Amino acid sequence: MSEHNGSEGVAVALGRKDWESDQEVRWCPGCGDYGILAALQFLMPELGVEPHNTVFVSGIGCAARLPYYMNTYGVHSIHGRAPALATGIAMARPDLSVWVIGGDGDMLSIGGNHLIHALRRNVNLTILMFNNQIYGLTKGQYSPTSEVGKVTKSTPFGSVDHPFNPISVAIGAEATFVARTHDLDRKHMMETFRRAHEHRGASFVEVFQNCNVFNDGAYDGILKKAVRSDMLIPLRHGEPIRFGDDGQHGVAVNEFGEPYVCESAKVGVDHLLVHDEHRADPTLAFALSRLSSGPHSPTPVGVFRDVSRPTYEAQVQQQVADAVERVGPGDLHELLHSGATWTVG
Amino acid sequence: MSTPTLDRVVIRFAGDSGDGMQLVGDRFTDLSAAFGNDLATLPNYPAEIRAPAGTINGVSSFQIHISDHDIVTPGDSPNVLIAMNPAALVANVSDLSPGSTIIVNSDSFTERDLDKAHCSANPLDDGSLDAFTVYPVPMTSITLEATKPLGVKSRDAERSKNFFALGLICWMYTRPAAPLLEWIDDRFAGKPLVRDANAAAFKAGRNFGETAELFAHPYEVKPASLPAGTYRNIIGNTALALGLVAASRRAHLPLVYASYPITPASDILHELSKLKHFGCKTMQAEDEIAAATIALGAAFAGNLAVTGTSGPGLDLKAEALGLAISLELPMVVVDVQRAGPSTGMPTKTEQTDLLLAMYGRHGESPLPIVAAKSPSRCFDAAFEACRLALKYRTPVILLTDGLLANGAEPWRLPEVADLPDISAPFATQPNHTNADGTEDYWPYLRDPDTLARPWAIPGTRGMMHRIGGIEKQDGTGNISYQPDNHAHMVQLRQAKVDGIARDIAGVELDHQDGADVLVLGWGSTWAAITAGVRRVRARGERVAQGHLSHLSPFPADLGDVLSRYGRVLVPEANLGQLALLLRAEFLIDVQSYVQVNGLPFRAAAMESRILEEIHR
Repeated sequence: MSEHNGSEGVAVALGRKDWESDQEVRWCPGCGDYGILAALQFLMPELGVEPHNTVFVSGIGCAARLPYYMNTYGVHSIHGRAPALATGIAMARPDLSVWVIGGDGDMLSIGGNHLIHALRRNVNLTILMFNNQIYGLTKGQYSPTSEVGKVTKSTPFGSVDHPFNPISVAIGAEATFVARTHDLDRKHMMETFRRAHEHRGASFVEVFQNCNVFNDGAYDGILKKAVRSDMLIPLRHGEPIRFGDDGQHGVAVNEFGEPYVCESAKVGVDHLLVHDEHRADPTLAFALSRLSSGPHSPTPVGVFRDVSRPTYEAQVQQQVADAVERVGPGDLHELLHSGATWTVG
Repeated sequence: MSTPTLDRVVIRFAGDSGDGMQLVGDRFTDLSAAFGNDLATLPNYPAEIRAPAGTINGVSSFQIHISDHDIVTPGDSPNVLIAMNPAALVANVSDLSPGSTIIVNSDSFTERDLDKAHCSANPLDDGSLDAFTVYPVPMTSITLEATKPLGVKSRDAERSKNFFALGLICWMYTRPAAPLLEWIDDRFAGKPLVRDANAAAFKAGRNFGETAELFAHPYEVKPASLPAGTYRNIIGNTALALGLVAASRRAHLPLVYASYPITPASDILHELSKLKHFGCKTMQAEDEIAAATIALGAAFAGNLAVTGTSGPGLDLKAEALGLAISLELPMVVVDVQRAGPSTGMPTKTEQTDLLLAMYGRHGESPLPIVAAKSPSRCFDAAFEACRLALKYRTPVILLTDGLLANGAEPWRLPEVADLPDISAPFATQPNHTNADGTEDYWPYLRDPDTLARPWAIPGTRGMMHRIGGIEKQDGTGNISYQPDNHAHMVQLRQAKVDGIARDIAGVELDHQDGADVLVLGWGSTWAAITAGVRRVRARGERVAQGHLSHLSPFPADLGDVLSRYGRVLVPEANLGQLALLLRAEFLIDVQSYVQVNGLPFRAAAMESRILEEIHR
């Protein structure tokens, strides 16, 4: 079985409806998850894959309900374990398109271990982490991405936990594809998810998502229409990193190799950092992820890193194929009779 | 002159962890197996890789029981102890009966070695060993002498002294030298100096026996008259791995084995990792939880999914087992039991996970449990666990233990053609017609006989479905919080497991007319119980023996069997876990006989306890 991310090369005209299951969607009205689900259902028909070759896997949490709404194969599994379960599916069937859906608590707290190991192994999974910086399904406790000082039911005097930056975690684990998008921009989500799907290997996408019940407006500081162009830094491969309505802001690199936000005119457009997704070394991509420490200062979105490395399951298959090539397909009788045997009677 | 014969002998090699006792024990085992003896072994080693040399904590031993007739246990008490240093002597001498033979490496009874073993006096001189026949042999110095012409550094040459000991024992019990010398050639082909030193030490050991006039004569233990067939010597973990490969072949499904290193289960992973040409996909997961969950993912995608561990790992796999029960997917979880709780004693054996396997999950979460009874039977148990998992779409726990995992015995090899086909066809067609006439696939529409749900795997057109750990509506598999539906599903899952009783063998019963006492066991205690029962019968007493290879569900005839005997004795290497289940299930006041010291029961103790029960 070869790897083809679920596409059999059969061109079938499918529409959004073909990807919608018959289940009633049960998120809270106004939840950011609706926008993400819609983006996925709009995108899927464009990917050249078919529903029966697609699997959505999730753990536990609000986001983790998403597989029920996709007319594909799906498993709603255990809190935190979705990357592990998906790894098993990919090992068994490298030809499938396997998506992993979860929230910030699911993937970075109870499932942090499985996430980083799926990323370092480069299992061919498309991992979408909906980050709303809160525990929703358990009714509003702080999450591993909540800001210090966050007042919630479990932290009435403010959280003292230093949060994770999910992009930094993924790049730290040497994920081969790392990107960020947000629930208010369907076009950007679709484009980012498409890139993530097309990437061979583990793709990690952080989706800023609004929980309008327990953490409403968490991203207002960067996503409100009025501030968005000054607060989102679009990353485009091969282009100088600029943002603002007229590209008046930019990102340059200081003498220590650290990126910083600057005024394009002051630094000179020629001196702005030209984004390179394909840098083998993750250091600069990591540094870009550190530009912002929360949704209140200019924050990069788009593809941070897209590099190529053999996938885990392809190598597993290859070792099997090589062994068969080397010694022939195993013979059970021979195997049982291997080593020193003797006959009685 | 004809060589005097013995019908059986128990030999124990004991030395420092670094002395290579397990290696020479394995070699002696293979030689004896190839010679045609029946045998059983008991490796016993510390969990530390190298405890301080020369200390009692660092002692490693390997016991082997060889005979000219059918035997089942590694023997209670060694007839011969080989002690490579004072610590090995001190740690093992209390297991010897008066009159046994002790062969010591006399070079290692220096003041320093005696200190490390906390000996205030030299036991070779102080009369404390008067009850035994003691042979002090300067093994180190003869080994150095024998290897000197090869130009081996003395530090390296000294390491060959285990082969000297092996050579001496091989002379004592007339084992052929050629197979061992061939093995040395092969194993150390890349290290000519080590090869030659080991061969020289081995020959020196044999020659020492022949010429030193210490020993009156060698003994012979003739081949056993085992049932006709082709045999090989096998340890439980290897047999288990082979059973999984055989199941994969007979199920026509690739095997995915996901595991996390843990003593004493790691060798299953090692064995399977060598068998990629059988299509085995092995993976060392990031943790025990992932290993189980990865296996479950592979099951969803249609492979034969297995994860292996020991008790501490089974604790962590509980949540994946719960999901597998809810998803009703086939998966096998191997638990090679070891002494607990917590880290416990990783290299020591116990049967203390039975209740964990039965009940160690939240909610009503029944699953089948299979247990192996001897090293070679780990093959059959693994095959059976896979058969049940596939047929009933359920996780199955397979219990073995440290004694089986590393213990060896001759295995009469099965014919591949005799292994049943255990394939479980995937669902590929809709199984339900909706009210509007459209065809649909309902993932929880069950087979009325087995109550198993259909298994449709990703990649199958038209069979897309979503399942999860939330309670499902019977039939559709859709999320359901309906009280009546949940009550129904709880009953269904239990009924499915209970129904397996119709599909498994009855109690393995060895009845004896007139017997009023039944000795009932499960797992590896089979060996000691069998040996104990044989001894009791040899005295002319009457006793019946029963054995359980299925602990959940119990064989359908178990209640009937129990009711036929006045008394039921249940020996277990735990505090009475099977006894608890039997009392609860059958309201019979079974008698527990327990031992939880990390070691197997002894046949003699078993015999006494059975006699006590008979004459109560």
